Order: sequence, then structure tokens, then C-alpha cells
Amino acid sequence: MATTKTETAKVITPEMAKIPQGPLEKKWTNYKDHQKLVNPANKRRLDIIVVGTGLAGASAAATLAELGFNVLNFCIQDSPRRAHSIAAQGGINAAKNYQNDGDSIYRLFYDTIKGGDYRAREANVYRLAEVSNNIIDQCVAQGVPFAREYGGLLDNRSFGGAQVSRTFYAKGQTGQQLLLGAYSALSRQIGKGKVKMYNRHEMLDVVLIKDADGVERARGIIARNLVTGRIERYFGHAVVIASGGYGNTFFLSTNAMASNGSAAMQIYRKGAYFANPCYAQIHPTCIPKHGDFQSKLTLMSESLRNDGRIWVPKKLEDAQKLQRGEIKGRDIPEEDRDYYLERRYPAFGNLVPRDVASRAAKERCDKGYGVNNTGLAVFLDFSDAIQRLGKDVVAQKYGNLFQMYEKIVDENPYENPMMIFPAIHYTMGGIWVDYELQTSIKGLFCIGEANFSDHGANRLGASALMQGLADGYFVIPYTIQNYLSDQIGVPRMSTDLPEFAAAEKGVQDKIDRLMAIQGKRSVDSIHKELGLVMWDFVGMGRTAESLKTAIEKIDAIKKEFWTNVYIPGEADGLNNELEKALRLSDFIEIGRLMAVDALNREESCGGHFREEYQTEEGEALRQDDKFSYVACWKYTGEDSEPELIKEPLDYEFTERKTRNYKA
Amino acid sequence: MDSYINIKVKVWRQAGPKAQGHFETYELNHIFQGASFLEMMDILNEQLIAEHKDPIAFDHDCREGICGMCSMYVNGHPHGPDSAITTCQLHMRKFKDGETITVEPWRSRAFPVIKDLMVDRGAYDKIMQAGGFVSVNTGGVPDANAIAIPKPVADEAMDAASCIGCGACAAACKNGSAMLFVAAKVSQLALLPQGKIEAAKRAKAMIAKMDELGFGNCTNTGACAAECPKSVSLANIARLNREFICAKFKD
Repeated sequence: MATTKTETAKVITPEMAKIPQGPLEKKWTNYKDHQKLVNPANKRRLDIIVVGTGLAGASAAATLAELGFNVLNFCIQDSPRRAHSIAAQGGINAAKNYQNDGDSIYRLFYDTIKGGDYRAREANVYRLAEVSNNIIDQCVAQGVPFAREYGGLLDNRSFGGAQVSRTFYAKGQTGQQLLLGAYSALSRQIGKGKVKMYNRHEMLDVVLIKDADGVERARGIIARNLVTGRIERYFGHAVVIASGGYGNTFFLSTNAMASNGSAAMQIYRKGAYFANPCYAQIHPTCIPKHGDFQSKLTLMSESLRNDGRIWVPKKLEDAQKLQRGEIKGRDIPEEDRDYYLERRYPAFGNLVPRDVASRAAKERCDKGYGVNNTGLAVFLDFSDAIQRLGKDVVAQKYGNLFQMYEKIVDENPYENPMMIFPAIHYTMGGIWVDYELQTSIKGLFCIGEANFSDHGANRLGASALMQGLADGYFVIPYTIQNYLSDQIGVPRMSTDLPEFAAAEKGVQDKIDRLMAIQGKRSVDSIHKELGLVMWDFVGMGRTAESLKTAIEKIDAIKKEFWTNVYIPGEADGLNNELEKALRLSDFIEIGRLMAVDALNREESCGGHFREEYQTEEGEALRQDDKFSYVACWKYTGEDSEPELIKEPLDYEFTERKTRNYKA
Repeated sequence: MDSYINIKVKVWRQAGPKAQGHFETYELNHIFQGASFLEMMDILNEQLIAEHKDPIAFDHDCREGICGMCSMYVNGHPHGPDSAITTCQLHMRKFKDGETITVEPWRSRAFPVIKDLMVDRGAYDKIMQAGGFVSVNTGGVPDANAIAIPKPVADEAMDAASCIGCGACAAACKNGSAMLFVAAKVSQLALLPQGKIEAAKRAKAMIAKMDELGFGNCTNTGACAAECPKSVSLANIARLNREFICAKFKD
């Protein structure tokens, strides 16, 4: 088992992670001052492949093209504007301190480190906080219509895990507006011919080629044209993966249907380390599940917790009446309501971080206080806010979210409290990258949700948009030059090289193998089975026993998939079932890796809650002496356990504390 | 209260861009009304797969009404009979027991069918590439609060910017015009000081590209705004016309 290997694990040092020297606030400046650059004439001779067009991918592709590189950009949707960043609702954090409420770069850094339960790299997080302000400036310059005050200046709202208002927003559609900003910058570069856009193309492998010194470098990708089914080869001097997270391992999540972890798994199998796969975020405010046919879960923005109050009945008999549908939430008098977040966490109340809010909801529902027919829901109530602010103000702030809720649930949230329940939303774990966002493979970079770098064991609300755009606009355009500066003499390579042919053959063989199974089960039926195992055994509360069970069950699902899946149609044309099968084959591997990592991490931190490790009050109990490290998993082969490599997290600039949102 | 219904679904089947299409009718029993329309399509596809038939190809992704990927013409309306929603937000409670539901792809000259209900909306991307942006590079921009923008103006820009690029406007229009889509982007950027500078050039470039790509002319029937899942207003088309005429005068 993987745990036995921890004794002899290899170690990644700060030097190997390329953390710059010097005080925290000087590291990024020092890096930029001394890094190598590529001159304009040479930029024109270099090709960069960017996979993905979400906030990270689109902003990187646009910015790299503006700088003069030739960019090849790939997305699986019919247009780059549809990447799942578009669905982010609430906002984007920045340390502008426009509200004069005590914010600063240091405070944003500190909140992010603390919110991540001291499992993120200090240098990366500080850089993130530092460039956060540039992001807001950039977006405004692009014409992103952020919400404004009557005086004409930018408005802010509060989000979980912070005591300042630092979240910029555009109604409940912030992700959409930021993505359309990046998409417009990208469109401009496509129009100029600096970006070649490949819509409806899915990466199926990375191509590595050894240079004269025997160093393996990423030099291209194999992609499938999803319309024609053709397998195609593309060369790049460097490859940037911006393919998002792997939350859909759980089948039901807030992710889009096609969001997947396959690009990450492809590069993992070629040698890139996968870091902290067990850190997955369960978002507390989603619309509860309503049936077996359900295809996804819908998030209700965390911003609702600014004015909404979360509660369940105090009396078990009231909860049971709610479960039987005999009464509604509004029938329960004030004194019989348990505002459990306000009760347990007086200082942060309804605005505790997501992991804390999710576990608190689970705790109440496990005890029988759930408020819908499945017993798996709590109330999010706006009656106080409507009384205090008036219905119009509430409608102006949250109208589109209320409308969305009503369309799905067929109940008016102005009159009866919303029902919510936690759901898988985001994955903090991902491909290991160094300070330059380069993976353990030379010339292969990974940005946005696809990497592991900034959120530790738990991401704060409104920080995903910040990280995606920070990586794409302000980090990778610098750090990739440090790599490319000594690649300027490398000519464009032919895709007829044997390495390309071999990678294409690997992809073709896998497709042929899948098409030949001709079993009895649909892809979705197997994916749903995997999702249930993940939710039940690798979900909000994990134990050594549940994780061992999960690994056994996932191995059985893998066998079932590879012997009994049925894919209709042909591989040489449009085939959605084949696309889904290829992604599911990787979700099965990711699910297993998540369980292996969770089993190894014998502590509770952030989104990873091992029930054996909790305080008497049920809070997460870290084991800093044993687990203050990034768990990097190295692929060792199809049938062998991955190897654990540790990157110790030495906190040089912050004191590690037990997270406390009570006082 | 939601209950279970039996329905027939009459779906447009077309093997490829050049293939002859036809309607095919499928029976579906015991569909929960709390299911979304696309979940009903999932159930239908599972049924087809179990019968070893070709499942229906359709575009969809976020399933929460924001990505703009889903694009079905349901009972004669883009995104179906409910107002201000995308197909993925349509629920089966909008349909009755025993009903036959007709499902077609977007029908517009500029959106050729790829397969079944899936169309190519690349033309919208091309219009954006022609001018749907503010010409700024990353970095070197002023502080975000350097230019104050009146709240009503920012709110109006936001309303225009809420367009999801789904194509329902062009699909709803008897002329196949993309005016609402173009107007939404031109308005958003023309309203804001950052986008104002290039407003005339942008309007001209985007309209020229729209014409070139085979979209029809606008005759103010208003079908686009009536079917728009994000309720983008016709007032944007008036603003686009103003920008366009001003630009022509300056020439």
C-alpha cells in the first residue's frame, strides 16, 4: 500500500521548487528582475500550445500572443467562450482596500494561507495576492462591467474566510464577465493571426522528445478532432495545460458536464507529479439532489451567505415534519430555529470558509435535522434580509440567483427559505508545479485549477477566478520566458518524428481497445457508480476503512469498465459516448489516486476530513509534525502503486495556528 | 407538485452536415417532471444506447444556463416554451402527460448542422474577432478606480454584457439576423469609457463581418429579444444603429 512508502520518500527542496531567495514581499520582484527574457524577434520563432480556454488558458493564450509568441489554443467546446470558468458566480478577490476596511496584500496572503489550512506554499500565495490588484485593473480596462457604487467607484462584497470586503463582482455572473473579458482579448489575437484556435478538439496525450543532452521536453500534443474523429499532431516549443479540475470524478458536481481531468492524467502518466489529489472542495450552498436521473448539481453563490442565514430546526420533530412535507420552513417560529453556524462560530457566523460550513451541514443532517424529503438539506433564509433591506434591494443583489433557484426547484425563495446541501465544486489538488508553474517535465507548464499551487487544502470563495487570471495574465507570461530563453535555437520540429507517431499510436490503441469491448453497460451508468463510491467513501468524512473500501470498489469498477462498457457508433466521426468513455477511464484512475492520497494523509486539513483526526468539538485536527508537506505522486506503471515524493512546507513567514473562526 | 408523465419526443435526426435529415419519434414513459429537459434527453439517449441505436447528438455543458452551449428548438421556440431560460434550465413540469414534444436544431443559414441537434456557431466567434474587444494589452493599464462610471451606466453595460452567445436570437429571427448579439457587445463596450474610444470602428467592423457571414438583415420584429434567454433588450439594437450611423457620417 502507498502508506508504507512514506518512510523512504524522496524530497523536493525549495531550491528544486525554484522558490526565489529573499523576504516574502521581495521574492516575485527579485525573480522578475533576474529572470531570462526572450527578445521580440525570437518570440516570433517560438510556438506555445495552450490547452484550455478558461480564465487561465484564455488569459495566457491572449497575453502570450500579445507578447509576440505564436500560440496554438485548444478547447473541447464549440467556442472558447464556453469554458466552465463562465459559471463562477460570486466574485473575484483583490487586495485593493478600496473599502478602507484594513485590507492589504499581506492580509489577503494571510487569509488565503489560513483558509488553505496551512497546506499551501507561502511564496506562491504571496505572489497571488500581489498580482490580484493588477487583475482588477486589467479587467476594467477590457470593459468588464463590475458592480459600482452610486459615486461611480467599484463596489465590493464579503466572502467566506475574510473579515474585509475585498470581492469584486458583476451581478451573480462574475466568472462570465471575466471570461468574456479574456475571451475578447483572445478573439483579438485570433483575429490578428497570433493565436490559432482549435475548437472542438480534445487533447489525448502529450509528446515528449529528448534533446541532445538526453533531457526529455514537452514538444507537442496529440488531439482528437471531436467532429471528424481524426487524431491530429501538434508541435509546440512548450506546452501549457489549463484544463481545469477533476471534480466530475464524483459524477455529480457543480462542474460542467464535459469538465474532466484527462489532460492532467495524460501528463501524470508521462511523468508529471500529481500533488494532493485528495484535496477536493465540497461547496456548502448547492441545490440538493432530487433524483437518480440527475446529471449535475447547481451551485448557489457563496455571496448569498452575506445576507442569507443558514439554519435547521432545533426540534427533531419539526425536522421530521419537514421531511414528510407536512410543514414548510416558514411555519417554524424564530425561537425554534437553530442558526448553527452563528451558534458555533460567532466571529464569522454564516461566512465561515466552505469546508467548515459544509461539514457543519453534514453534522446536522447526520443527526436527523435535514429539512427535505431525503433529509439531506438545510435552509438558507433571506427573510431577515428582506425585512432589513426590502425585497427590491435583495432582488437587485441576488435576483438572478433567486430566479435560477425557482426555475429548478419550482419554489419561490422570497417566500420560503431556500434548501441547500453541500456538493463537490472544486479541486485544490492537481498537477505539481514549481514557482514558475512548470511541472516536473521540462517545457510542460500547468496553470489554473489544473495545478495544485495556491489554495492548500481549502480554497476561499472568489479566489479561483483570482488564481486563474493571475496565472494566465501575470505569471506564466513571465516565467515561461525563463524556460524558452534557451530554446530559441530550437527549430520547429516535424510532427512526423517517431515520438509523435508513437504517442498517436498509443492514443489510437486505447480508442480501438475501448471500441472493441462492446459490453452491456453505458458509460454514464459506470460513471454514476464511480460517483457514488467517491461520495460515500472519499467524500466529506473519510476514514482509513472507508478509503480502503473505496480502493477495492474502484478497482472493481475499473475492471467492469474495461470489460463491459458499450460504446455505440464509430471512432472516426462525432461520437459523444467515446469522448465520455475516454474521460471516464481517467476519472477512475483519479478517483483511486484521491483515495490513495487521502489514506496516506493521516490528519484532517481543509477539505480533507479524516474522521479519526478531529477535536472534541468536531473540528479538523492537523498533524503538522507529520503531514506538513505536499504529497506528490509519481506514476510508476499501470499495475503498480504510485510513488510518494514529499515537498515539505516550511512556514518561514507565518505562524501555523489551528484555524479558529469562533472568536 | 411534480409527478410522472409519459411523453413522445419528435427529434430531428441528421447524420452529418450534408446528409438528408428527418424527424424520428420516440416514446418515453415515467419521466419525473422535476427532471430538466436535458436530463430527459439523457434518459432517451440511455434508452437508445440500450437498444444499440445511435444516441442523439446535442450540445450542452454547464447545465446552469450560462455557458450558452445548449441550443434546442423546442415546440417552435429556441430554448423551449418557458421565458428567460436556456434549454438546460427548462424543466419537464412545463409539459403535459401524453404530449408530443418537437425538438429541432437551431435553423439559420449561418449555423450549419453538424449532427442531429448540434450546429456550428463559429460565425459568432468570427464576429467577435472582427471587433468585439477593447484594444488593450495585458499590463500598463490605469488603476481600476481611476475613471468613475455612473452606476446606471455600469448596470446598463452589465445587462448588455449578459449575452451568452447561444445563437437563439439568430435562430428565432425570420431573417436569420445576428443584430441582437452584435448590438449587445457593441452597446456594452460603447457605454463604458474604456470601450467608447473604438465604438464607431467596432460597430462598423462587427456589422461588416456579420453581413459577410450570411446573417440576414434586421427588420425589427423583436423575436430575438422575446426569445433571448438572458432578456437582452431591443434597446441595444437602437444603440447599435446610432453607433453605426454616427460612424458612417464620420466617413
